[in-house]
Amino acid sequence: MMTRSIHPLLIAGTVLVFIFLVGPLVIVVGSALSDTSYLTFPPQGLSLRWFENIFAIDAFRRTILTSLQTAVLATVIALILGIPAAYALNRHRIQLPGWLSTLFVLPVLVPELVLGFSLLKNVAVQLEAPIYLALLFGHALLVLPYVVRVISASLASFDFSIEEAAISLGSPPLKTFFTILLPNVRSGVIAAFILAFITSINDVSISIFLTGPGLSTLPIQLLAHMEQFFDPTVASVSVLLMGLTVAVMAIVERTLGLTFLAK
Amino acid sequence: MKRYAGWTLALPATLLVVVFLVIPVLATIWTTFTTPAGPFATYTAFFGSGFRRTVLMRTIQISLATTAIAVVIGFLTAYVVSRSPGWLKSILIVAAVFPLLTGVVVRSFAWLIILGKNGILNSTLLNLGLIGEPMAMLYTPGAVIVAMVYLFVPLMILTLVGVLESIPDDLIQASASLGAKPVATFMQVTLPLAVPGLIVGAVLVFTGSFTSYATPQLLGGEQVMMMGTLMYQQAMVTFDWVAASTIAAVMVVITIAIVLVMTRLARRLNPMAV
Repeated sequence: MMTRSIHPLLIAGTVLVFIFLVGPLVIVVGSALSDTSYLTFPPQGLSLRWFENIFAIDAFRRTILTSLQTAVLATVIALILGIPAAYALNRHRIQLPGWLSTLFVLPVLVPELVLGFSLLKNVAVQLEAPIYLALLFGHALLVLPYVVRVISASLASFDFSIEEAAISLGSPPLKTFFTILLPNVRSGVIAAFILAFITSINDVSISIFLTGPGLSTLPIQLLAHMEQFFDPTVASVSVLLMGLTVAVMAIVERTLGLTFLAK
Repeated sequence: MKRYAGWTLALPATLLVVVFLVIPVLATIWTTFTTPAGPFATYTAFFGSGFRRTVLMRTIQISLATTAIAVVIGFLTAYVVSRSPGWLKSILIVAAVFPLLTGVVVRSFAWLIILGKNGILNSTLLNLGLIGEPMAMLYTPGAVIVAMVYLFVPLMILTLVGVLESIPDDLIQASASLGAKPVATFMQVTLPLAVPGLIVGAVLVFTGSFTSYATPQLLGGEQVMMMGTLMYQQAMVTFDWVAASTIAAVMVVITIAIVLVMTRLARRLNPMAV
């Protein structure tokens, strides 16, 4: 494969691109470890005190919990609604109108800011629904396309005749779902969960409208903190979030292989 | 029962999208046509305001610049990645996926540290004696473009690695065995086959930049206001919800129009789909 030569300039350019991709994140890690009270790189002296500071600040403790809770609940809602929908789109396509699969892509097409604002205006304010409900369903919508797409992809290689065999042998539909179908798309479910979780945890554009005094998510709190203070706490929270990314990538690698993400 | 099985299964997800997305977003757009001043008054006000026109034009320009740079960098990088040996390819893909999975706030924050007045770039240039005093790099369109390119290049690389790898090797070999030089093969076989993927990637980058909030807010501030930051300001600072809804409607129309036109174009330009 490598026998086809690549121009050295192209290789040099690629090296620069990857320095550009990884460098800024290395700088964030370095800044987080500094023992100075201002942001600097390379760190003057090493210290973990900015990590302790995260948990000393009440707002960060609270928003970390809110973000984790919202990401898990939104992902579970999207899975519970999205798996049957993806199944129907594959198994009962003829019964369903063509626009239905487009409908499930809408959350990607409609700008997130517009969705967040519309949920605030027409659900939280107009219907006087609790703002957390709007936030939660906003996130569930945001991640639904990932669930439907990933599950559809794993159903595409599923042999439905196995399922029919189980049903014709007398297995009830729900039992067939849990014992035949679900185990066969397990890696798809894990992938969908991970992508959805990480998307929700990092979301700014929907959450920015659906948070306020008393309710906030971690990225929104980070933005607010950054506008007032420019200290290494933000860097250390960023490192925590990168740690989460590493964990996610490790799980993806073990279950599906990372090349999955390039598909 | 069996006749409706598909609908029964798809209905809950359909309801979620209709109740929490379609209806609220249409309601937002609807209110822009039902103001006391008349159906198109808010749009006349939007396009009549020099400031808002400037913001719209600036948003389009910044998004186009970001897209152009991301397409070029992403394509060349993806080309090298797709031709790397297996182990190296895995490392490079990990290096591209990692930033992609790291949130937009963290990634914009990184550029805040780099481009700030006392940031790394300024202090390095000062230490090297290349500049006499710190340059004002933050709150310029350039800062926003650099950070947005940073945001979207991984997406472009991953999209295009997939596209380039799906080009059958036979085609490349056939071209070579028929006497085409590598450059000719690249221009006449590889590039045309990658065009649909390039268009899809470009649409993702353009719409992502066009509707972004966190990056222009952090690195552009008031000086480099874009559509997203203007919409937020109108909605949450000045509480002019009609104006915010108008901006929302303009964003929806432009985003969906671009997606529809460009995906159609991508399909038409696909040499494999003859």
